[in-house]
Amino acid sequence: MSARSKVYSSFDDAVRDIPDGATLAFGGFAVVGMPINLYQAVAKQGAKRLTCVSNSTRGGATLPADAPDMGQMIKNGQVEKVICAFTAPTRASQRLILSEYVEKGLIEAELVPQGTLAERMRAAGAGIPAFYTPAAVGTELAEGRETRVFNRREYLLEHALPLDYAFIRAYQADAAGNLRFRRSQRNFNPIMAMAARVTVVEVEEDILPVGAIDPDDVHTPGIFVHRIVKIPPPPDGWWPQRPGSIKQ
Amino acid sequence: MSERAKGLSRQQMCDRLAMEFGDGWIVNLGIGIPTLCSNFDFSDKQIIFHSENGVIGYGPLAPAGEEDMHLVNAGGQHVTLEPGAAIVHHADSFALIRSGRIDVTVLGAYEVAENGDFANWKMAGQQGGGIGGAMDLASCAKHVFVAMEHQTRDGKPRLVERCAIPATARGVVNLVATNFGLFEITAQGMALREIAPGVKVEEVRATTGCNLIIPREVPPVRLAQ
Repeated sequence: MSARSKVYSSFDDAVRDIPDGATLAFGGFAVVGMPINLYQAVAKQGAKRLTCVSNSTRGGATLPADAPDMGQMIKNGQVEKVICAFTAPTRASQRLILSEYVEKGLIEAELVPQGTLAERMRAAGAGIPAFYTPAAVGTELAEGRETRVFNRREYLLEHALPLDYAFIRAYQADAAGNLRFRRSQRNFNPIMAMAARVTVVEVEEDILPVGAIDPDDVHTPGIFVHRIVKIPPPPDGWWPQRPGSIKQ
Repeated sequence: MSERAKGLSRQQMCDRLAMEFGDGWIVNLGIGIPTLCSNFDFSDKQIIFHSENGVIGYGPLAPAGEEDMHLVNAGGQHVTLEPGAAIVHHADSFALIRSGRIDVTVLGAYEVAENGDFANWKMAGQQGGGIGGAMDLASCAKHVFVAMEHQTRDGKPRLVERCAIPATARGVVNLVATNFGLFEITAQGMALREIAPGVKVEEVRATTGCNLIIPREVPPVRLAQ
């Protein structure tokens, strides 16, 4: 096999070449499948003027208190724009780090309905430049934008969202980059991998030899995956916390 | 006066909506009050709970200490899986939403208008918002139910003529349960179908911001056994 190995020994090596101005996506949903270790590596790597795509800019209850999420990159001044399904807190008592930067005009926040966000990346990964969806028709988000009627129903034009890098977390990977996710860990991760020029994966189990995952069981084929890093056990690697161990 | 709002508890509001679910329905529950619908005893009805992150067929919350760290619902709660459950990725999860496979979504709201518009993603004066999957769900589910308190904390009506804050979707709401009763959006406007025990029709009318179609006799809200 002459192709360059996809297996990297450190998160730092796997994110070293991110240029300023790149579009990055971070997978995960409510901490499950969230690339916590890669957030830390990208925050340390320091690329600036980034556009960051994610469901939300904050982790969730099972994220260890000092673990990184997009908030750290925002505080570092690395982020120019976010594209998310949540750009403000959903409860009056909550506070988002993003909010104060948006209010000061330092960061642009593009709010996208969650299904549209997923489909825009799927389209990018599927070679489809744009599509129509009923979501957001008649709302503030559709103002001034192109709509079209099909079968007597109005739809909103949405454009594909191609990515320079996707950062995701998987349960298992083989050395060819074939991935398996576990339970709701899949969420945005396979779609972001499809949409990206470079997909970097943090992997929970030891990297398996090529062929160890049955082809029928591969969720994301290695052609969408470029770099894989095994997550070390704690305290060297970041893992979600069990709810019982969270201080209330 | 106690902290608890007058009339139905949040669980009773959700029980009343859950009674309307049909056998075999695929149900998506929004974050907050609507999650209580899953506590209802569906008896012989089979209900399949779907969550935006691709879980089809989740069950009750996992007991403390037995959580599967790879499994949450859309509210981030550690749930269990029912036999026959399936997992898909986010694009497939919303494909089944957009293509009309969800029989009902129950959502929270700040306001519901008499024409079926509703608002739940952006608070007044806020920059940005928290949409999540609400716009996709509200535009595409076969039925849209809302569970919310009848009034804001400041005593303003949440059932209104027109939404004052940005709408999530237009003309989609079918049924609303508040602590004061059960309301249906009809072609003629908003109708009071059932009233909460201990609440008078005049109180409902005075705390509602739109015309209400009120029958001569309003039956009490049906409560769970």
